[in-house]
Amino acid sequence: MLNVDPVFLSRMQFGLTVAFHILFPTFNIGLGCFIALMEACWLRTQKPVYLTICKFWMRIFALTFGMGVVSGIVLSYEIGANFGPFMDSIGNVLGPLLNLEVLSAFFLEAGFLGIMLFGWKRVSPRMHFTATCLVAVGTVISAFWIMSANSWMQVPAGFHIQDNIVYVDSWVQAVLNPMLFPRFFHMILASLIATVFVLAGIASFYLIKQRHGELARTCLAFSVVIAAILLPAQLIVGDVLGLSVYHHQPLKTAAIEGLWETQKGAPLVLFGVPDVSAAKNHWEIKLPKLASLINTHQWDGELQGLMSTTRDNWPVVAAVFFGFRIMVGIGLLLMLLAFYGAWLLWRGRLYAHRPIQYALVWTSPLAFVATLAGWVTSESGRQPWVVYNLLRTNEMVSDLSGQQVLISFSLFLCIYLTIFCFYLYYLVKFVRRGPVHLEEPPMTVAYLANPNQKEPV
Amino acid sequence: MSIDLPLVWAGVLGFGIIMYVILDGFSLGIGILFPWIIEKAHRDIMMNSIAPIWDGNETWLVFGSVTLYTAFPHAYSMLLPRLYMPIMIMVCALIFRGVAFEFRFKANTSKWLWDAAFAGGSLIATCCQGLILGAFVHGNLVSDTSGVQHYVWFSGFSVMTGIALIAGYALLGATWLIIKTEDSLQKEMFNVAKILLILVVFFIGVVSLWTPLIDVRTQVRWFSLPNFFYLLPLPLSTLAVVVGASYSLQKRYEILPFVCTVLLFLFSYLGLCVTSWPYIVPHTLSIWQAAASTKSLSFALIGTALLLPVLIGYSIYAYTVFRGKVKADHGYHH
Repeated sequence: MLNVDPVFLSRMQFGLTVAFHILFPTFNIGLGCFIALMEACWLRTQKPVYLTICKFWMRIFALTFGMGVVSGIVLSYEIGANFGPFMDSIGNVLGPLLNLEVLSAFFLEAGFLGIMLFGWKRVSPRMHFTATCLVAVGTVISAFWIMSANSWMQVPAGFHIQDNIVYVDSWVQAVLNPMLFPRFFHMILASLIATVFVLAGIASFYLIKQRHGELARTCLAFSVVIAAILLPAQLIVGDVLGLSVYHHQPLKTAAIEGLWETQKGAPLVLFGVPDVSAAKNHWEIKLPKLASLINTHQWDGELQGLMSTTRDNWPVVAAVFFGFRIMVGIGLLLMLLAFYGAWLLWRGRLYAHRPIQYALVWTSPLAFVATLAGWVTSESGRQPWVVYNLLRTNEMVSDLSGQQVLISFSLFLCIYLTIFCFYLYYLVKFVRRGPVHLEEPPMTVAYLANPNQKEPV
Repeated sequence: MSIDLPLVWAGVLGFGIIMYVILDGFSLGIGILFPWIIEKAHRDIMMNSIAPIWDGNETWLVFGSVTLYTAFPHAYSMLLPRLYMPIMIMVCALIFRGVAFEFRFKANTSKWLWDAAFAGGSLIATCCQGLILGAFVHGNLVSDTSGVQHYVWFSGFSVMTGIALIAGYALLGATWLIIKTEDSLQKEMFNVAKILLILVVFFIGVVSLWTPLIDVRTQVRWFSLPNFFYLLPLPLSTLAVVVGASYSLQKRYEILPFVCTVLLFLFSYLGLCVTSWPYIVPHTLSIWQAAASTKSLSFALIGTALLLPVLIGYSIYAYTVFRGKVKADHGYHH
């Protein structure tokens, strides 16, 4: 019998499965909104390119949705199997939130997805557009409930605890907890941004290959304009969130800033390597006073340092420190790219400008990396708590054998690697083939007489 | 007037579980039948019969676990770690079944891989669900001895229920396909359903006889007077439905076989509920002991009472949009 720690493995397994899962709803929230927008344009203008865009991106939506569903099912069972005591403790809060998510969001998405993908010829155009919108709305509602639950874990509100069981005192306070709105909008914007950069990348790919010109130009134009608007918005929302984190989770701020000693007017550590055992950073590049300014909006704001408390209260400093910098670094890079692209569009030079098109192709997955890095910052920064300042993660793991968790962890690792490779393979294959065979068949008499024949090549 | 909230929620949970069993039952059943259908066109039709609705069907699985959690968190957190391996293997099998829908239709040379994934995933997921069912009914998950026993879920009884569920879901799948298909595939499904019906009846008999043997309390519940006469309608109705199912397959009715199979599941399910009542973790935790706080149960019930009828409504609508026989060009195609 292998002697492996089930607590450590359970946490690693959950980290793996939740990180894998989040990629797909992130993509689907943005795609759903974009497809709904394109179908609205199609209904308004009747230009065929909009319909082609819809049908093309719907295939990618379907592929991604399937991955999201199966990895989501894993989470809904894993969280109970691996973290039974945690679920037991906060059942009174988390249960109703998840219940509402399933009822108001999951069933909505799943119920109308079939009509959206397969119901073109079976329902009226208006009903089909309604289905598309409802799927998009479902993804956003889902995000709301999950962010509410996760934000409650960050700043628990409206409750009291007795014998290790949480009881809700006020549902309004519990659901609309202090960190919900900044985090919800931050996540929605992240989804939209990640999606438009994939759009821009694929559109640029077609322009470089000189294929599907009209579709590519339309998608690229929408993408750069949306990105140029959303990225500054995300910066502002991120700032608001940063203020909230400073207020509610000062130790997370300390880890983000790599700050060991409590001080006023703390410097911004642009780069460094935090050393947890020595409680200092190596090879620091600092800018004076900026950390205080960013986190408190005052030059001499006081930031709490990690050394103000004992080590068993410290988050995972390295993960938080680097995760944050990766996220912000990518965000700033993408923002510059978006501004440049928007300016080129305004000057009428975007479609011919090869350098930016190559840049957009190569940077297309980066926003997803940023999203993951942000989640690492958020969740690793919440440690050692599973509910901040209330329940410690290590005490909330199920009584399982190390052997069991090793088996399940290995299974998930292998299976997820495999299907992710296939997902990317089929996605690339589909993109390479391009939007062909998607146009509506011609309304000839022959076709109407025999609708079961294959579509013309 | 005070409502017995745990009782109401037991009803909601019971409803959610039977909805899942029937809806994903025929979806998984189609996967189980896959290896017996060799013609590619037939396999495409089989998948297309559920392609627009499998997602909604599988959502009831999440509804089931989340409802169990919302209403009876102490049971949820007690049961799931003790059923760790079958749960983990089940969700892994469901991963393969789920991605097979999209990947299969995009594949050319690797299509066989996704056929195997669809069939294998469906089979293994079903077997795991049967194992979990058997372990639950068996009632020995929580023992008096110290520490958690990690592999108690595996027993002769639970292996039997695993196989029984495979036959049951396969029958659901076959009778569903009788409704949705025509010509040679439908004919094949009639023949398959007749064989499966015999298997399912056999297993209903085995479960009915074996379950009382496990625990004296079950024997008392079913066979003591006057319980025996109150509960007699259940096995009698089951017998009537078996006769009806056999007749409907003989006479080649299209919809009746599926209806009869659903009723078979319903009556078997009610029988298991009778056996387990009032435990949500047999024989350790009753529904009242495992329930969440009153405030949480009420809050969630309001949302459920409002949203559940709505989602049932639009789910029915989605089914009606895709009513009728499956044609070769419906669903996925490239």
